Amino acid sequence: MALLSNAAVLVGKEVRTEFRSRELLSTTIVFVLVVVVVFSFTFDPTSSESRRFGPGLLWMAFLFAASLMLQPCFLREQTADTLTALRLAVEDPFAIFLAKIAANTLFLLLMELLMLPVFAALFNVSFAAQLPAILLTFFLGSLGISVVGTALAAISAQARMRELLLPLLLLPLLTPVLVVSTEVTIRLMQAEPYLEWRGIGLMAAFDAVFLTVLWLFGEYFLEE
Amino acid sequence: MPAAQRSIGLQFDQVEKRYGSVYALRNLTFHIAPGECVALAGRNGSGKTTLLRVAARLVRPGRGTVSYSGADRNRRPAIGFVAHAPMVYEELTAEENLLFFARLQNVEHPAEQVGKLLAEVGLEDRRDSPVRTFSRGMRQRTAIARALLARPSLLLFDEPATGLDAESGFWLTDQVRKLRDSGCTIVMSLHGESELARLATRAVRLEAGGLIADTHRGAMFQSIFAGTAI
Amino acid sequence: MLRRIVFAVVAIGLVACATYASFYVAPEERTMGAIQRIFYFHASTAWAGETTFFVCFVANLLYIWKRKPQYDWLGLACAEVGAACITVVLVTGPIWAKPVWGIWWTWDARLTSTFVLWILYICYLLLRTLLDEPERRALLSALFGVFAFIDVPIVFGAIRWWRTQHPAPVIMGGPGSGLDPVMKKVFFFNVLAMHVFAGFLIAERYYLEKTRHGVELLQREAEAR
Repeated sequence: MALLSNAAVLVGKEVRTEFRSRELLSTTIVFVLVVVVVFSFTFDPTSSESRRFGPGLLWMAFLFAASLMLQPCFLREQTADTLTALRLAVEDPFAIFLAKIAANTLFLLLMELLMLPVFAALFNVSFAAQLPAILLTFFLGSLGISVVGTALAAISAQARMRELLLPLLLLPLLTPVLVVSTEVTIRLMQAEPYLEWRGIGLMAAFDAVFLTVLWLFGEYFLEE
Repeated sequence: MPAAQRSIGLQFDQVEKRYGSVYALRNLTFHIAPGECVALAGRNGSGKTTLLRVAARLVRPGRGTVSYSGADRNRRPAIGFVAHAPMVYEELTAEENLLFFARLQNVEHPAEQVGKLLAEVGLEDRRDSPVRTFSRGMRQRTAIARALLARPSLLLFDEPATGLDAESGFWLTDQVRKLRDSGCTIVMSLHGESELARLATRAVRLEAGGLIADTHRGAMFQSIFAGTAI
Repeated sequence: MLRRIVFAVVAIGLVACATYASFYVAPEERTMGAIQRIFYFHASTAWAGETTFFVCFVANLLYIWKRKPQYDWLGLACAEVGAACITVVLVTGPIWAKPVWGIWWTWDARLTSTFVLWILYICYLLLRTLLDEPERRALLSALFGVFAFIDVPIVFGAIRWWRTQHPAPVIMGGPGSGLDPVMKKVFFFNVLAMHVFAGFLIAERYYLEKTRHGVELLQREAEAR
């Protein structure tokens, strides 16, 4: 199907470009680290406190990092006007979004998984037993952040004060992701961990709804 | 030079495009027949770029319709667009860029086509260099190769000779001549009369978003560019 | 012009009557006393704000589909009036809560969601100020408006689920829950009055935007000559 094959080619390009310079990934990872350290000064990181506040702090750090990491998504396409070339080349403009969402989700996931052992060490919590569940949670959360974030990146790339605008628009819209993924992660970190399926369902619903909305309205974001 | 699949014509019917309260295109109606090579003249801000972007389906007109005669009804017409910006990725090499766009447009035997085009535009020995190391002339050659990948039936050039040195300018004129002779429909916006303009089979002049002169309607070629044909 | 005056008179008149009814017709609430009367104003404004948000959503969709500037003006008017309504709600709520429950604020489902809703309205308005070209501004803010509106029920659902995990004091029982019949009538009259008043404000704001647009067109035409 043309949409998926286009998106696949585009994802390949996004990933290749990023791994060549790795500047986005490395800056984001360092940023998350900084945020986690700074936040940890705001509470006493004993084991029980860590379990209570840790996941919230982790997801907030992810959200802040994402709101910065998603900026270049469309800004990069403006320097040599490659966005025009993409629009000319693809049948369905949604392929451009799909590819960027896939790439952004991948980068976010990578960043989160790299942060996980660091977080575990800093706060003395263990994730080993719950790794598949953690992966699922991180994936659904990152997907939600990417879907909404990529759409808003397309909007903010056309506005003034774009560096401030994207985080400003993104964070309120992502409230459900923050709330639900924090809850699910808390459950996965507690003394008797378990996977909160209702939370997973809510996250999946969020992702599905916004992906559909973007599919319906995607071409208008890129219109001139 | 890859032959055009089947050259198509371009029809604008009462096309209007506004940006705020400024009319970029105003009640524009004209027809370009398949195979014509049209030079588009006009001052800055006369609407040349908007006309080309509307023709390339990048800009949606506020009013009116754009249609392509002779195009396969089931598929989007293959349109090549070359503007001032090269529209290629700086971090990727020339070859990577072209392969990427070739795959995106489902070009058959992409590697082969890319190789042929790189040779045509004279970038064979720089195929593995990132585009950011290219001069303006070389970037423009990459841009043209990119535009030609899908063997377009309609080629649109927006002031393509801007910033090119003499040698690249001659090369560009040569390429356009070959494309014209292979039957491709070409529309190019130009600043003044030049070698490139003389390749045109027809010239039109835009002003304030409207068509004010057309060699088809008896205006003189030179006067189109001088702006004296009213 | 006459229509606008009539609308103004009706709207203000209704609000005046509703306020009178809230103070003199509705019986005094047993436990909370006089301060409870703010509820009529508070809750009815909240409903008006939500209706306005819905109209904004419809206007956004219509703009994306039809591209007529009138829909953009309507969306903007609704967003401004809606933001004002929710501001009123967020201010009158604590005024009521403090003397009755002893706290200014609690992070329960409804309050938190209302706060997020308010922030989203403000973001919509802020986004508009940062987009210069009128058609881009109208289209992109409409798209954001659609996203925001679809997000609101999800926000509410997510926060409500979160709250079931961390129970907190629930203040301000739902309107109409256990209300005395006279109180109910007064409440719904307030709802009607606030809707009409909001409608009046939206109409005026729409008219202002329409006029501003007309002036801009005339200015451009004058410059072009």
